[in-house]
Amino acid sequence: MAQPSRTWIGSRLARMAWLPLCLLLVACHVDMYDQPRYQPNQTSAFFSDGRAMRPPVENTVAMGSFDPNSPLLTGKVNGELTAELPVELTAELLEHGRTRYNAYCAPCHGLAGDGNGVIAYRGDMQVPSLHQDRLRTVAIGYFFDVITNGINRMYSYAARIPPEDRWAVAAYVRALQLSQFANVNDLSAEERQQLGVTGRVE
Amino acid sequence: MSAQIFPRNANAFVWVSIIGLVALIGATVAALIGLYLSPWYTDVGVPKAQPVPFSHKHHVDQLKIDCRYCHATVERAAHAGFPSTDTCMSCHSQVWTNSPLLQPVRDSYRTGDPILWRRIYDLPDFVYFNHSVHVAKGIGCASCHGRIDQQHLAAKAQPLFMGWCLGCHRNPEENVRPRDEVFNMAFDPLSLPLEERVQLVEAYQIPTDGRLTNCYVCHR
Repeated sequence: MAQPSRTWIGSRLARMAWLPLCLLLVACHVDMYDQPRYQPNQTSAFFSDGRAMRPPVENTVAMGSFDPNSPLLTGKVNGELTAELPVELTAELLEHGRTRYNAYCAPCHGLAGDGNGVIAYRGDMQVPSLHQDRLRTVAIGYFFDVITNGINRMYSYAARIPPEDRWAVAAYVRALQLSQFANVNDLSAEERQQLGVTGRVE
Repeated sequence: MSAQIFPRNANAFVWVSIIGLVALIGATVAALIGLYLSPWYTDVGVPKAQPVPFSHKHHVDQLKIDCRYCHATVERAAHAGFPSTDTCMSCHSQVWTNSPLLQPVRDSYRTGDPILWRRIYDLPDFVYFNHSVHVAKGIGCASCHGRIDQQHLAAKAQPLFMGWCLGCHRNPEENVRPRDEVFNMAFDPLSLPLEERVQLVEAYQIPTDGRLTNCYVCHR
């Protein structure tokens, strides 16, 4: 009775035979890979329009995104387009504006703002140059307003460019305009030499 | 002494059986690993059929449109941002306005029903990947997405195995690049000398004390 019989060990092993089956089954378990929660842009069987990302209810705005008295968010002061940049003008702001401009505006307006972007060329569109008197003299809030609401055939870029970035673009547009409309007499002697200009130009 | 029950070649038979069995198990394991690593399982390099045959090669390589034109939240959110139909139409209301390939886009714009694009990269839900921090710390799009500017139809460039994530989290200096080259698909980080890349890691304050390989960095 001290030694367990062979058949006893055999039946003991047989009872454990389901264990290797577990190894096969765990591979089919994806609960943690696909958890019951929504991810951006996912479809939904719950909402009737089939999207998990809910569009804002009509006539509502996101908190912090609306203030009718803020020039930063509206581009206007007392209903008039603001002529003053509502953010601090720094070299970083212009550099930031350059990257935004090159990403979002240059396809149509061109890297130099002359309206010769690659999409304008491919689509055979007449894109207005930013270097015209009307746009050189317009209040800076105008550029903010156009980016926010679109104009003519240009769509709104408000969904893609946050308000602070729109001001950076507006400031950069001003820098672009200056780059194409600078007075030779304002340049340093060295820069004038590069242009082959000597003395004052009237 | 009774006569032998087995013929002489029984010894060889036993050895062949044992070696054969081991070889069979080995081959099965190798085949399963091979399948696991193959595009059949990982989808690497296998384009998915999409409602509109959008070409990154055309838009990025030929037209030079910036990644952020469509993936607008890549610098400020976890999700890179998928372009809405409005984004497509900001050009295609003017360009290729009669193309039959773009009919689903125009339909979506008219009805407001989204286009059902098929996702290319799908991380497990227990991995919290954030695009914005990687872009801010000088990791280029091409480091994970490969030369997507050379693909007509988008396909995965990486199987996204955890070991691959950790490889970069252990040695960020292998993939870090200057911030203004992040969206340049053709830039190769290894074209910079190692000292410069180490300096970038320091300038971006990427932790090199091992914190980046802690479980909770990705699994929260």
